[in-house]
Parts: sequence; C-alpha cells; structure tokens
Amino acid sequence: MADNGDKKFGEVVLSVKDLRTYFYTRWGVTKAVDGVSFDLRKGETLGLVGESGCGKSVTVLSLMRLVPIPPGRHVSGEVILDGQDIMELSDGEMSNIRGRKISMILQDPMTALNPVFNVENQLGEPIRIHQHLRGKALWDMAIDALKRVRIPAPEVRIKDYPHQLSGGMRQRVVGAVSISCNPLVLVADEPTTSLDVTIQAQYLRLLKDLQEQAGLAIIFITHDFGIVAKNCDRVNVMYAGRTVEEADVRTIFNDPLHPYTQALIGSLPKMEEDVERLYSIEGQPPALYDLPPGCAFAPRCPHAMDKCNEAYPPEFVPGERHGVKCWLLEGTAPLREEAVKV
Amino acid sequence: MTSQAPQAPAVEASADGDMVLQIQDLKKHFGVSSGFLFARSKGSLKAVDGVSYDIERGETVALVGESGCGKTTTARCILLLEKPTAGHILYRGDDVVTMKRDVLAEYRKGVSAVFQDPWSSLNPRMKIRDIIGEPMAINWDISREQRKERVGQLLNDVGLHAYQMELFPHEFSGGQRQRLAVARSLALDPDLIVLDEPVSGLDVSIRAQIMNMLKDLQEQYKVSYLLIAHDLGTVRYMAHKVAVMYLGKIVEHGHASGATGVFEETLHPYTKALISAALPSHPDIVREEIVLRGEVPSPVNPPSGCHFHPRCPWVMDVCSQVEPERKEWRPGHSVACHLYDPDHMATPIEDLDQAPRVY
Repeated sequence: MADNGDKKFGEVVLSVKDLRTYFYTRWGVTKAVDGVSFDLRKGETLGLVGESGCGKSVTVLSLMRLVPIPPGRHVSGEVILDGQDIMELSDGEMSNIRGRKISMILQDPMTALNPVFNVENQLGEPIRIHQHLRGKALWDMAIDALKRVRIPAPEVRIKDYPHQLSGGMRQRVVGAVSISCNPLVLVADEPTTSLDVTIQAQYLRLLKDLQEQAGLAIIFITHDFGIVAKNCDRVNVMYAGRTVEEADVRTIFNDPLHPYTQALIGSLPKMEEDVERLYSIEGQPPALYDLPPGCAFAPRCPHAMDKCNEAYPPEFVPGERHGVKCWLLEGTAPLREEAVKV
Repeated sequence: MTSQAPQAPAVEASADGDMVLQIQDLKKHFGVSSGFLFARSKGSLKAVDGVSYDIERGETVALVGESGCGKTTTARCILLLEKPTAGHILYRGDDVVTMKRDVLAEYRKGVSAVFQDPWSSLNPRMKIRDIIGEPMAINWDISREQRKERVGQLLNDVGLHAYQMELFPHEFSGGQRQRLAVARSLALDPDLIVLDEPVSGLDVSIRAQIMNMLKDLQEQYKVSYLLIAHDLGTVRYMAHKVAVMYLGKIVEHGHASGATGVFEETLHPYTKALISAALPSHPDIVREEIVLRGEVPSPVNPPSGCHFHPRCPWVMDVCSQVEPERKEWRPGHSVACHLYDPDHMATPIEDLDQAPRVY
C-alpha cells in the first residue's frame, strides 16, 4: 500500500520544480542536474539516491546555492523554500537563508569540527551570524542546541575542544551546529560513509530525534539503501542528472516501476535472508558529458525499446505521489501534466 | 548442548574439505612506549590476541567486527605484512611464522590480495599487461608470449577484454579497476585471496557485478577467500563461514547463511548487538536495537576476564574474572561466552532470550 504509514506530515516546506544546473567548460556542457523535482513536507525525510555522477550532490549544492558560478549555471527551475524562490535571491539574501532556513550537515561527523576552536565557538558562530545574538542570548541558544542533541552537562562540555570529546559526542556537536538556528530543512550528504555500524545507528537515531522534536524536514543524499529503508519516508532516484522515479519508501522497495530502480533494489544483498543470486546490471553509469540520445538508461536497460533511444521519456504518474520517467508506462499511466495534483 | 542436526547452509562449502590455511592462536601485540620505564604491566597494544580459525579450499571465511577489533591486523599477518608475536599460520602443514625464506616464496605465490580502494591499488604508470603480468614475470619461468596469453585469459575471466591489456589504469572506471585487481590477484593461481572490503568503494549497481564475479571465479578455480567486510549483507551473500571479532578475539564463529547460521541463531551478546544495529534491507524490517553502554575500550588496556564484560547486557559475575574459552556449541558453530559454557553455568542457555538482561 503506497502510503506513508501512520506518519502525518505538515505542509510543504521545500518545493523543487524541474531544477537544471549545467556546467559550461571548454570541452562542452555537462548537464549535471537536468530535471529534478520533488516536494518536501515538514517532518518528512527524503532520500535522494543514485550512484556516482548521478547529480545528487550538485542538486543539493544547487539548493544551497553553493554551486561555483561560473562554470556552473542555474539554467532553469524553481526552488521554493518557505514560500520564497531562493534561485531569485541575491547572494547576500541567500547568505542569510543558508544555515538558518536550510542547513547542511557535514559529511564526516568525526572530523568535521575545527580542532583549534572549542564547542562554544563553533556552535556560536552560526547563531552569532544568523540570529545576531550575543552574550547571554547566544549562550542560551547554544546550550539549548546541545541539550537537544542530548549532550550531558552541556554547560561544562561547551568549553571542550573536539579532541576532548568522544566520537559519539563529536557527532552530536556537529548535529547541534547544523540545527542551532532551527532550520526548516536539513541536508545530510552521505553522512555515514566509513562509520562503524553502531556509530552509524546512533547517528541516524540522533537525526530522527531532532526531526521529531522540531518537525525538521531532512534530505538524505545517499547510495546506501539501508539508510533509505531505515530513515526515509520518500525516495527520489536519480540517474544521469535526472529524477527517474519518485515515490514513498515502501513503493520503491516493494513495487518499483523504473527498470533502474528495479535493478538497484534487486542487486542489494540482505543480511536477513539468503539470496541465491544478486541481480546485476551490465555496464556502468554514463559520463554526463557524453549522454546517449533518448533515455540515459536505455543502453543498460533490459526492457529498452526503439523509442527509448530516440526521445527522453516524460514523467508518468502511476499512483498517488509516484512519478516514473519511463516509456514502458506510456498508455498505462497518465502524464504528470494530466494527473490531478495531490 | 543441543543434539538437533543442523540444516545445510544455503552457500555450499567446498566438497573436499581440503585445508588451505590454519590459523592457530595468532597474536600480534604492538609495543607501546610511554616514555617511562615499564612497570610490571608491559604497555602493549594487543591488536590480535589469540585468534584461531581454518580456511578450507574453495571456501570464503569472513571476518567481521568494528574498527579496532583486529580483523585487518589478522589479514596483514596472513599476508606477511606484519610479523606475528605468537601463534601459527599453517600453510599446507608448514608454519609460515617460522618458515625459511625459500619456503616462504611458495607461500607468497599461494596468497594474494585485493584491497578496498580501486583508485590507489594499481600502479598508474604501468600498462595492465605489466600489472597483471608482473607476478608471473618474477615467479614463473614462462615466455613473454605465454605470459601475454595468460593475461588475456585472466582479463576474460574477470569480464574484461584481452585488448585492454595495452591500456593504463586511468582509462578504467572504479568497478573495472577492481576487476583488474582481481585479475592480478589470480595471476599465480593462488590458494587464497584476501579481500579487504572489495566492494565498499564501488557504486551499488557495480557491487553485485563484482560479488557475482568473485563467486563465479571461486566456483571455477576453487580459490579460497578471506573476506573482510563491514556490510553484513555482503558477508551473508559471499561467505561460507563468519568469525565475529571484538578487541582482538573471536567471540563467535559459524556459518554465514542458513537457518543455523550466525545471523539466524546468534549466540554472542556482541554479535547480537552488532546485528541489531545493522541497517535493514527493507523499510518494514524493524529491529530492536541493543544499545551498548560505554565505548570500545583501548586494546592497550583491555578489560579483565571477558573483554566485552563492561558493555555486555547479559553480564554475570564470573565474566569479569574468567576469560571465556571459545567452545563448540553445535557442530560448526562456536562461541566464547560463559552463558553457554557448562563449566560455568549450572544450566547453560540455548538462546539469549533465556538469560536475564542487566540493562
């Protein structure tokens, strides 16, 4: 059943519509992001999944307006955050939003902290800059952030330097830094690569806690389907710069419709059961400067038809909040433009 | 002790049970200098502290455990990258630890490795033909033509093309480079290949390709693998046997698949905690996570008795006093825990659910 279980989500806080970010170099144009769309609601966790080169990191950099321009260029598309299209803002205005309304949690929580500054300094920085607080007000906010990530004796710990903190504590402090200004959206880019299983579990629990406390919306960029299964409510699968399938997490695991999603799900080994043979797709993801005409996945797709090599498929909507860009759905599902908006 | 016959594991072990490597009570201690004169207790980091297991022909043995458990150091000892402090590594009956140089040369041909990072493991200045051919050029007395032919055959074995031997590593993708690393490791027709996180640096869709290839090659050449992997799904898919390590010791050892495997019938509290923390393979799988108290202690000063006792949710008094021996609980499944030991328990348990939890 393609629904979100018993979780209730709030209103849409972030709406990305047909985002396109290209890089212009002397060797040609790299269409790093070429049509990504999703809506993110309050309290919801979206998993942006895909393999190397699919464009997920550039998508998120685009959301944060951190793409180097030039050679990058925001070609088209809207990113509506809290009612405002952030693509239209000036650099100064965006600087104000970044860290405050949309915040990014750094990749490696164990080494993300600056070793020569103590917690108070690092935690205080975003608060000082965005909230313009000083003195006691700043202190209170910093202590509050530490309490929210459940650091015991925060008044003492706040004076510590990173090397004085255990791994688990450092993780929490990094979490505190990113939520210190109460953002609406938190972006976590591959936050648990190279972490041990138990540390990873702790970290994901922390993020879930933070989400429950404040109705935070989270975007997880990951290629780890375990994170998707555990923490994500919705999944946006990217291939060669585009969203190819978007649906709630159960649909993605139980009934994926795009051949790429199907192949990915089928290729995952499972700890919980014996798998006779993993499904493996031939070849590898294409280079973004050398995309085939038509559907980028066609060369590797077991169901490819002539049409697939000629034109890139539009988005079909086979179910409520389920979008698939694949010609196989033509005739059996309405186009996005025709579908009734949810 | 249960007398129930174990169900055959899904992944079939080798038919002839021929032994490739026997690791017996292996220890590797690193001296730690503190700047003072040592008192009675020596400062030494006990990375590997008495590890024993066998690897049979055509079988995959996986070592799992978190950072610092000693799995990498064990593999390095096997590859002769570290000199063991004590213990034996028997290769075809001879102890590698005390072997003479000329006999060691045979061992070096018999054991090779594939490392985690496909980007740094191939010499960027050498052609593929030379990277894969080098071990043969050094160790075998065959002509250049014969070598070239074998390189071509190895490239086919790993799903690449013979003509690619004229290319350089940078012309290949990550997944292809890992295939090249495997081809190189097969060059001398080894008995054992150490696979250190062979797929964790690769994209998800490529991992299945490489894992399937490794399994097919094992089937074809009856080569054994020592697999180090942190992803338990990978371990279950690839391995026949799995050894769970904690602070330099093996706490549990058994089958990697099947109803009697370590994942289905988990005995050791640490294994149970590790599995409970693993990410699910489906959103509907909800595991009650056992959150261990404390952090992993330093291997320089491991806790008394059972190294795991300060963090164990089922700890008993005897655990801090006596170190548990790893004993066979069922054929093919052993555990180092007093809860299962009739020498320390009036009624040894069959299942962790039968033992009271301290927290």
